[in-house]
Order: sequence, then structure tokens, then C-alpha cells
Amino acid sequence: MTTRQEWNKPLPTVVGETRPYWESCRRGELLIQRCEKCGEYQFYPRGICANCWSDDSIRWVQASGKGTVWTYTVTYQNRTPGFAEDVPYVLAVVELEEGVKMFTNIVDCNPREVTIGMPVEVTFVRATDQITVPYFKPSSQ
Amino acid sequence: MVDLKHGAAIVGIHEHVTRYAPDKSELQIQGESVIKALADAGLSKKDVDGLFTASSSIRNSGMNLADYLNMYPKYVDNTTVGGGSFEFHLSHALTAIAAGRINVAVITYSSLARSGGVSVGTGGVGRYGHPRLDPSPDSFEELYGLTTVGLYAMIAQRHMHLYDTTSEQLAEVAVAMRRHASMNPEALFRDPVTVEDIVNSRVISSPLHLPDCCVITDGGGAVVVASPEVARNCRHTPVWVLGVGEAIAHQGAGKRDLMYIAAKQSHEPAFAMAGVTQKDIDMAMIYDSFTITVVETLEDLGFCEKGEGGQFVSGGRLQVDSERTDKFPINTDGGGLSSNHPGMRGIFLLLEATRQLRHQFEGTPRQVDNCQIALCHGTGGSLGARHSGGTAILGRD
Repeated sequence: MTTRQEWNKPLPTVVGETRPYWESCRRGELLIQRCEKCGEYQFYPRGICANCWSDDSIRWVQASGKGTVWTYTVTYQNRTPGFAEDVPYVLAVVELEEGVKMFTNIVDCNPREVTIGMPVEVTFVRATDQITVPYFKPSSQ
Repeated sequence: MVDLKHGAAIVGIHEHVTRYAPDKSELQIQGESVIKALADAGLSKKDVDGLFTASSSIRNSGMNLADYLNMYPKYVDNTTVGGGSFEFHLSHALTAIAAGRINVAVITYSSLARSGGVSVGTGGVGRYGHPRLDPSPDSFEELYGLTTVGLYAMIAQRHMHLYDTTSEQLAEVAVAMRRHASMNPEALFRDPVTVEDIVNSRVISSPLHLPDCCVITDGGGAVVVASPEVARNCRHTPVWVLGVGEAIAHQGAGKRDLMYIAAKQSHEPAFAMAGVTQKDIDMAMIYDSFTITVVETLEDLGFCEKGEGGQFVSGGRLQVDSERTDKFPINTDGGGLSSNHPGMRGIFLLLEATRQLRHQFEGTPRQVDNCQIALCHGTGGSLGARHSGGTAILGRD
């Protein structure tokens, strides 16, 4: 896990239904949710099952942390501090092995080498003492 | 379901011609637009009993607008679902009028995006103007530097991957819009551009180039919608609401294939209500925030198969003055890509479709030949994350 000095990107607002996700990120683990009743995975995490609308059957499970790039864009312009100095960066949607998609950045590679379908794996960057952010990088295998 | 076809008509319109109005308030632009649209209809303040508006900058937009206009509407709707809001308003006004709750509705919008220096497409999280992210979905998205253009670019990238769509094909959309803008004296950009100009221009968010993105302007407008009884006594031939549909598309808890957009859901009820098919549509106003928006929308409205949108828009087919026998004119005002885009452009789709159905440009190249039925489809939000889609099919007697 790497630490970035002087984090100037937005930070997540953590509430009860999302706290286990952010706490697991701090430990370097990616947790997602699965419904015990209908068996569906879901992302982003929430306090109910978005598929069967059960409100007492959501369980946290560890994701493999592996997936593929579903789509991406190399961003050359973003006026927001924290990102303005990062361009060009890769904004992407990664499909996890468990079948759910999430937004991320593809890091630790040349932006021009990213392709759709490329295997990637999770990597973590510590933003503050409380918050660690998951990113994805090209798969090591 | 109650038959809503011909349940209401657009009877008055006004487009505020400003593209830059640093000395006006947004409410003033709306007020001026409402007054002129009512005059266009031949109606007055006392006739209006329904108020519909959307804003990303005016707090409590319905209340504050009623206050500014000093009116007491019986029916208020400030549904705000991004650029498609006004197609939703038309749908809701139709329902309220057909139910007998109101007789005359005004729909209005304004924004000062340009004079306010709003980076609509590339502002990132700063576009919201507040640093605290909502627990969800913001907190799982904005950490990664999302931009509006980026969320459309990702859909364009995958469209190219799956269907071999090219940057040249996307550029064809922008070229057609510029061609139409050259016929519109109010349009922001009127000089011709070529496919080559566009594919050689600066990339904002790959694969989208600068001219693949809409312009940023100030602006506004108003639409007056009335019951059939009122409509028949107005100044212009009524433009009937034949069918409407509305939908939201989102990530589906991480499972949805967002290559299919809200238009896929919203067009079916609209066509069913209108009792027409795609072949009956003479022209369309397709929300053109970005060139990819047009390609995806044409596909998911059923004008071509999924993946064939790039081919569909090629060869000048979208241009109103094309020699092609299979031409399909869209956005004859120049669209958001060349005419104006104050942030939520959906109201302008209703305005230009109404002008076309009134045959207002008869004898000029801008007029769609024998225009009897037009389709408007507004998209709001972001294709790659979550967005609204409002379809409205309009026709003349």
C-alpha cells in the first residue's frame, strides 16, 4: 500500500451502511456485498438488497480483487484540484470476477496501454489515517 | 390506460436568443420567455394554471419562479432529471391536462452557464459546488475524477470496441449540427467544419475530441401546453402531443449493461401511445450533449440496430438539405453541439420540433419537407453512470 502526501482529492463520506467497505480498504481488502436470500452480488454497497428488496439479508464478502477493464477513458481535462494536476489519467469501469462493475482509475501503467478486456487487480492508496482508496492496476499474472 | 393521444398540444413557444447574458438573472430570462411564449399562443397570465420548471442553480425552482412571476399555479412540478427534464415536464403536463386538473401549463428553463464560467463537461466534482460527497453513489465515484465528458467518453470507447465505430463516424454528427447551425442566425458557432478538422482536434477525454462536445452558453426558453379546447383557439396550428415516455437508466447495482441507454425504455410507451412507428417520424430532435449521445440514442430509439449507429449517421444522412432519399434530419437548429447548450438543453428540442411542425421555415433549407410527425428525446445526467430519458412524439393536424 502506498501513501500519498497531502491528499487533495475528494474524500468519501462514510456512514453505517458503507463503513465496513471503507474499513476493509484500510486493511487492504476489498469487500463487496451479497444477498443471502437471492444470492446476487451488488455494488456500490447499501443497507438493502437492491435486487430482491430484502432489508435483512445483505452479507459482506471478500472480493477476489481481480477483474477486467469494461471500459475506460484517458482524461486530458478536469478542472478540479487533485485531478487537474494528474492529467492524463485513466478513468475506468472495472468488472470484478464476481460480476459487478465499479468506477476506478487504472494506475501504475502508461495510460495509453490500457485496453478494454485487460486483466487488472486491486491496489490501495492510503489517503488519510481514516480513508484508503482502492484502485486497479494491470494484473501481475 | 386512459388514451392520452391528442390530450394536449403545444400552443406557444419562445426561445430566448441570448447566448451570453451576464447582466440578467435566470429568473428574468424565464420571465421574459414565459411572457413571449404566451403572446405567441395568444394567451395571457390569467390563463396559466400549471407551472413546470427545472434548474440546477435556482433553489426551490418551482416556488421561487411562482414568486418571481407573482402567480399562483394550481399545479407545480420542478422535476429535475438533467437535460431531459423538459420532456418529463411535457409528459406530466399532458397527464395533468388530460385529467382535467389544469388547462394551460407553462414549461420554462434558463441558465447562465457561460457567463457564470461553469465547466459543464470538465468541471469534475467541482461542478456540484460542494466539497462533501453524498455517502452514495458520489463516495464510490467522485474519488476517481469523473467528468461529464468522461462518462460519455467511456461509452464511446466501448461502442468503438464492440461495433468498430470510428471517430470519423462520431464527427459526422458534429458536422451535420454545424451545417444546421449555419442556417440558424442565433447559433453560437456557424462556420463549417469537416470530419478531418474534428478528428485532428484536441482530445478532451479519449476518444472524444473537443468538437464532439456541446458548446456552453447562457440561454432559456418557454413552452405553453394547453388542453384541446384551448389549443383550437390559439394563434398557431396546435402541435399535438401524440405520445410520451420517460425512464431512468443507472448502474443496476453494478449489473446493468449501460451500453443500452434510457431511450431503450422510454421510446416503447411513447410509440405505443402515439400509434406510430419509427418509419412515420419525419424529423427528430435528439439530445446532443456529445456526438456519442446521438449515436446511442438513435440505436436505442429503434431507428437502427444496436451497433449500427455509426454507419447510420454517416454520409450526411442527418442533414436536412442532404440529397439522400433516406435522409433523416435531426436537430435542425444546430443542436447543443453548435447552437446553444446552457446545461439542460431539453426544452430547445420541444421548441425546434414545434417550429418544424408549424412549417415556420417553409421555403428555406432549414424546413423539413412535409413535416407531420417529430420525435424529441431528451437525455439528462451521464450515459456512463445514471441518466434520464424522456421521449415525446409530436404531430400536427
